[in-house]
Amino acid sequence: MLEVKNLRKTFGAIRAVNDVSFNVERGEVLGFLGPNGAGKTNTMRMITGFLPPTSGTAIVNGFDIRTSPLDAKKQIGYLPENAPVYSEMTVFNYLRFIAEIRGFTGAARDARVGGTVEKCRLDGVRNQSIGTLSKGYRQRVCFAQALLHDPAVLIMDEPTDGLDPNQKRVVRDMIRDMAREKVIVLSTHILEEVDAVCSRAVIISHGRIAANASPDSLRRRSAMHGAVEILLDKPLPEAATLLRSLPSAASVQEEGGRFVVMAKDKDRLFHDVFALVKGGSWAIGGIRVLDGRLDDVFRDLTMNDNGTARPESAA
Amino acid sequence: MDAVRNTKAIFKRELASYFESPVAYVFLVVFLVLVQFLTFFIGNYYEMNQADPRGFFFWHPWLFLILVPAASMRLWSEERRTGTIETLLTLPVSLFQALLGKFLAAWVFIGLAVLLTFPIVLATAYLGAPDKGVIVGGYLGSLLLAGTCLSVGMFTSALTRNQVISFVLSVVICLFLLLAGWPPITDMFVKWAPRLVELVASFSFMSHYFSMQRGVIDLRDLAYFASAMIFMLAATHQVIENRKAA
Repeated sequence: MLEVKNLRKTFGAIRAVNDVSFNVERGEVLGFLGPNGAGKTNTMRMITGFLPPTSGTAIVNGFDIRTSPLDAKKQIGYLPENAPVYSEMTVFNYLRFIAEIRGFTGAARDARVGGTVEKCRLDGVRNQSIGTLSKGYRQRVCFAQALLHDPAVLIMDEPTDGLDPNQKRVVRDMIRDMAREKVIVLSTHILEEVDAVCSRAVIISHGRIAANASPDSLRRRSAMHGAVEILLDKPLPEAATLLRSLPSAASVQEEGGRFVVMAKDKDRLFHDVFALVKGGSWAIGGIRVLDGRLDDVFRDLTMNDNGTARPESAA
Repeated sequence: MDAVRNTKAIFKRELASYFESPVAYVFLVVFLVLVQFLTFFIGNYYEMNQADPRGFFFWHPWLFLILVPAASMRLWSEERRTGTIETLLTLPVSLFQALLGKFLAAWVFIGLAVLLTFPIVLATAYLGAPDKGVIVGGYLGSLLLAGTCLSVGMFTSALTRNQVISFVLSVVICLFLLLAGWPPITDMFVKWAPRLVELVASFSFMSHYFSMQRGVIDLRDLAYFASAMIFMLAATHQVIENRKAA
């Protein structure tokens, strides 16, 4: 497992990462979310031992990255932002170099490289130099580099950035396949990705953790969560007033024939609205309970009026 | 064991990377052509009518001045520019292992260029009877000088992500270290700052290089080159440690 303890990083007067702590267990996929410049990359660089923290540390599968960095690094597979790999090398030679550094020799090395090439679907380009490959393939080479030693902890900085939708799906499928037996941390600013692969999300803003919860429970914090949407087929002038008068409704937004009733009492709202619609025999085209949107929660947590972070404990 | 294995893996990769691009071939050809040109056309090696390889070794420092920084400028600046330094230093290797592997690879590469000049020595041996000690001392001095220039070049390469800046800086530093002890230059200054000149001259490559060229392998000269390289490697280590992500 991965324990991140009170990580801080300051560059001069700038506090890039400010007291970030979280734990990730085996089998979890943690999505690390935040606007650009929030401190995601610096946090990951500290966990992987690239940047020395100003204070705090990370314990990777029992090894402290500050006191036993080489042992800790052996536990980690890391995909840095923009997938930096040696462009003049061929895919095969590059992976062989990684295998040697990861301690595989002779037949074991060749088996590792072969297996990884297959797993990351790089067979077709194994003898091409990396510089001639497309962005998607380069990303996959770097992914292969991170997976080659079958690490217990996999850390990925924006693994799907710059990929086309098909390539994104391939990467997500691979992450999901590995999720059960590994600790996975990935950073992203694509919210749909959190829903697609993550079991938990940490939102970081201005170097601080603003939320640490499952995507569902984050969505529950949205103002839209539990609101009821109704589409009216025939206009009904008094609809807004009637809806607003329900005891479980907080407010009503109207837009053409679409009404959104915000909840005061999430448990009762739908029944109340449904009873009203049914009783009045309204001609409706649809009625549904809204889930709330991650974007809204994300925006609320990472932007506020005075532009500073709003520290908040885990839900 | 890990340390040796890691250093070896980085050494192999780095050495191969010279040959995976045209850099290696351009470098080797230019070096060998220039050595011949300087020795035979500028140095009038034949016309001197002496089987003295010093006329050949004399030119090595000036070639290293230009060509070693060209071979070393990408060592770290390229890693930094492309971001591969992040992948490299998050592998289970220490910075020292990475540093040593790269340094040795570049040194072996330049050493290869130096040793490929052997036909000149063979020709000299065919035409006359050169002193074997001078040949051995000359090559040893040349390799140590190349290593020292290389350690300077690796240091400047760690300072910046721009290869041109790295190249220019290391040419300037090497030029200073070459000229500081070169008699025509020291003679100019010796009249008005004798103490300072001595101090600065003691940092210079040249006196140690010339003394080895005479075929005398003095421990003090070896210690000079070794300590210069160790100092530059330690400085490089410090620079990278402090400015990894910059």
